[in-house]
Amino acid sequence: MPIVLFRVDERLVHGQVVLAWGNQLRPDRYVVVDDDLAVSDWEQELYRLGAEPAEVIFTTVEEARAHLDEWREEAARSIVLTRDVGAMRRLAGGGRLRGEKVNLGGQHHGPERDEVLSYLHLTAADREALRALGEDEGVEVSARDLPDAHKVPLKSLLGS
Amino acid sequence: MNEARLARGIVVAHGTMAEGLIDAVRRIAGGVADALVPVSNEGHSPQELRAILEQLAGDGPVIVFADLLSGSCGMAAMVSCKDSGGRAVLCGVNLPILLDFVFHRDLPLDELVPRLEGKGREGIRRLPEAS
Repeated sequence: MPIVLFRVDERLVHGQVVLAWGNQLRPDRYVVVDDDLAVSDWEQELYRLGAEPAEVIFTTVEEARAHLDEWREEAARSIVLTRDVGAMRRLAGGGRLRGEKVNLGGQHHGPERDEVLSYLHLTAADREALRALGEDEGVEVSARDLPDAHKVPLKSLLGS
Repeated sequence: MNEARLARGIVVAHGTMAEGLIDAVRRIAGGVADALVPVSNEGHSPQELRAILEQLAGDGPVIVFADLLSGSCGMAAMVSCKDSGGRAVLCGVNLPILLDFVFHRDLPLDELVPRLEGKGREGIRRLPEAS
C-alpha cells in the first residue's frame, strides 16, 4: 500500500502529479526513477522546489528495483514516477511489479510517436513495452491523466 | 530609451492563462502589453517547451513569468534561464506583476525582479482587512 501510484509521465514531478494526484493520494515522497536525473544535482533541485513539503528522491532503474520492497513496507506513502514506458518496463522486469497497477500520464507528440489519446503518444517500442508490462509482467496498465478522468485500459490503448 | 535595453517578458502558463493575462494587461494599460509574449504548455513536451522559451528569450534582459512553481511551465522556465545572467524567472505570476512590469522595463533585472515579486505579493489582499 505505501506505494500509492506508479505513473509514467515525461514531465515527472509537475502540476497534475503534485496537485491533482497528490491531493488525492497524499504522498509523503515522490520517487523519480530516471537514470539521467539520478546524476544531475541541479535538475534534482528544481524538481524538489515543486514538490514541497513532500520529499523527492532520485534513483536509477537498477537502484529502484532494489528498493521497491523497502518502499512498499514503509509507512511513508510513495508515488513512483518514470519519464517513459521503457523505464517502467525495466523497473517491472522479472515480475517486480506483478499485481501492481501502472498509470500512464503525459507522453506528448514527438518523432515516431502516434497519438493514442490527447495526452498519450506512443512509439512502436512503447507499444511493445506496454504489451510486455501487461502480458509478461502481470501489470495492470491503464491511461488516465487526472484522477477524475476516464480510465482507458491497456487493451483499448493497443487496439486489441 | 534604447529598446534593446528594455526587459522583455514571456508569460508561460497552462491552457489559455498566459494569453488571457496579457489580454487583461492590454485592456488596462494599452500597447505597452506588446512587451509580453504568451506561451501555453498545451500539447508540448517538456523539451519542446524549453526550446520555445529558449528561442523567445534570445539575448538581452528577459523575465519569464510562470504560473506555477510545481509545474511543467515553471520547470521549463527555470531550466531555460539557468545559465543566463540576462534572464530571470518569476513563478506565481498575477496581473499586478505584469502591470508593473510593462511600466518599469527600464530597470535592471536585479532591481526589477524583487520589485515585481513585491508587487505580486501586495496584490493579494484580504478585504476588509483582518483586525
